[in-house]
Amino acid sequence: MDRRDFLKNIGLVITCGGVVGGLSAEAGALIINKEYDTAKHYYGMGIDIDKCIGCGRCMQACKTENDVPSVPFFFRTWVERYVIKTDKSVNVNNINMNVGEQTEAFVEKDALRSFFVPKLCNQCDHPPCVQVCPVGATFKTADGVVLMDTKRCIGCRYCIQACPYGARYLHPHRKVADKCNFCYHRLVKGLLPACVEVCPKQARIFGDMKSIASPLGRFMRMNKIHVLKPGLNTDPKVYYANLDGEVN
Amino acid sequence: MNGIFKKLPEQAARIIMLFITLAVLLFIVRQFILPRSLTDTVLQKALATEREAAKDIKYAGAQICAGCHEKEHNIKADGYHRDLACESCHGAAQKHTEDPTTFKPNSPRKRDYCGYCHTYNSSRPSGFPQINPNTHNPQRPCITCHSPHNPTPPKVPSSCAACHAQIERTKIASYHALVACTVCHKTPEKHKTSPRTVRPSKPDNREFCGKCHAKDAKTAGTPKVDMATHGEKYVCWQCHYPHMLGGI
Repeated sequence: MDRRDFLKNIGLVITCGGVVGGLSAEAGALIINKEYDTAKHYYGMGIDIDKCIGCGRCMQACKTENDVPSVPFFFRTWVERYVIKTDKSVNVNNINMNVGEQTEAFVEKDALRSFFVPKLCNQCDHPPCVQVCPVGATFKTADGVVLMDTKRCIGCRYCIQACPYGARYLHPHRKVADKCNFCYHRLVKGLLPACVEVCPKQARIFGDMKSIASPLGRFMRMNKIHVLKPGLNTDPKVYYANLDGEVN
Repeated sequence: MNGIFKKLPEQAARIIMLFITLAVLLFIVRQFILPRSLTDTVLQKALATEREAAKDIKYAGAQICAGCHEKEHNIKADGYHRDLACESCHGAAQKHTEDPTTFKPNSPRKRDYCGYCHTYNSSRPSGFPQINPNTHNPQRPCITCHSPHNPTPPKVPSSCAACHAQIERTKIASYHALVACTVCHKTPEKHKTSPRTVRPSKPDNREFCGKCHAKDAKTAGTPKVDMATHGEKYVCWQCHYPHMLGGI
């Protein structure tokens, strides 16, 4: 065999292999759930601070639903307890999911006011995490959710640094960044996110902003709405009612 | 073509061939060997979205339980826990809906579970039923007195001081100590069970205080003013706090 034939054969093998491999990998791709049209939805969440009782059921449900490790360092959603003292100092603590087992009562003698603030990924309309990802592993969907491509993520933690709300963490087993995605696998089946599902006081209101009759639409009409860190122009889609000015 | 190559020095022709081969190889690799999701962002996003959407749900959602557990659903629908999803207490139950005999959801029977919501915590909204677990029948499981599906308190608060202890303690030292709360605040019976939605009234006119404090009032021993000239623009309690010591 001379060099010319050799190169010809190599070229043929590579081309055929590529075509066969490419076809098998992409076979069946792009078939998205037929009943669900991403363009018809635009999701957001409302949180009523006056209703939250800090029971931690949302944190528990989120961990169960999304396989978040149960150790108390990794959260897709968490609840902060604010205590503003009479000397204007502010104490913020993450609540323990097992707060009920604690026998001592939570009473601060010098508290001016105190409340719980549930937090989660704000699903920003201008998400800083998407901007900084070097491999394009996180992106915005048409229905307004910021999703993670866990197969693409290289675990570099840029997004964790970039998120102004501290909503991301590195999953200790999968070694990729993880965050709240409004329980996307539940949304496409027409179910509520797990945290909204179990909230005993309906402090979390979930809805579609493209539908005027959604519970979120009513929530946004009836309350004065605030978002976290509005000055950053991230345009969050988690809306707070009755939020104290000390919360950031 | 051959003519041009012959005019070039041999080493230059070889290097040009090398670059052409590399370019062709790169093209083949990119077009045929790499999976298309690595080069096509739209496809990558679609695949990642699909993967996320295909995840299994663990919480079945509030609607499905009533299908089999109609009795519990109906009891709960009339009680204080009507807005509470079954899975808030019983835990994730999707497996139970698929295979009701093998997978049984939790039924928390211990005292600590109710405490997640009902242990006193100064950050919880006032009006939400809370207890001090150290003094409220210690060691007894809550379900001995309260049915979790219809947790009616054994008795509703009988006097205002049960909730408004701070005002009661202030009033007891004021000139109004012997005036019952209900003289000034018309209190619907439902306020005892729905304190936030049904609120007591406040005196909304000057004539109400004038019944005792006007110049021509019949009551003995009360300070009297000329209603025509004394702060005619204001309702009395805008200056005088009626619960306060001395009434000023």
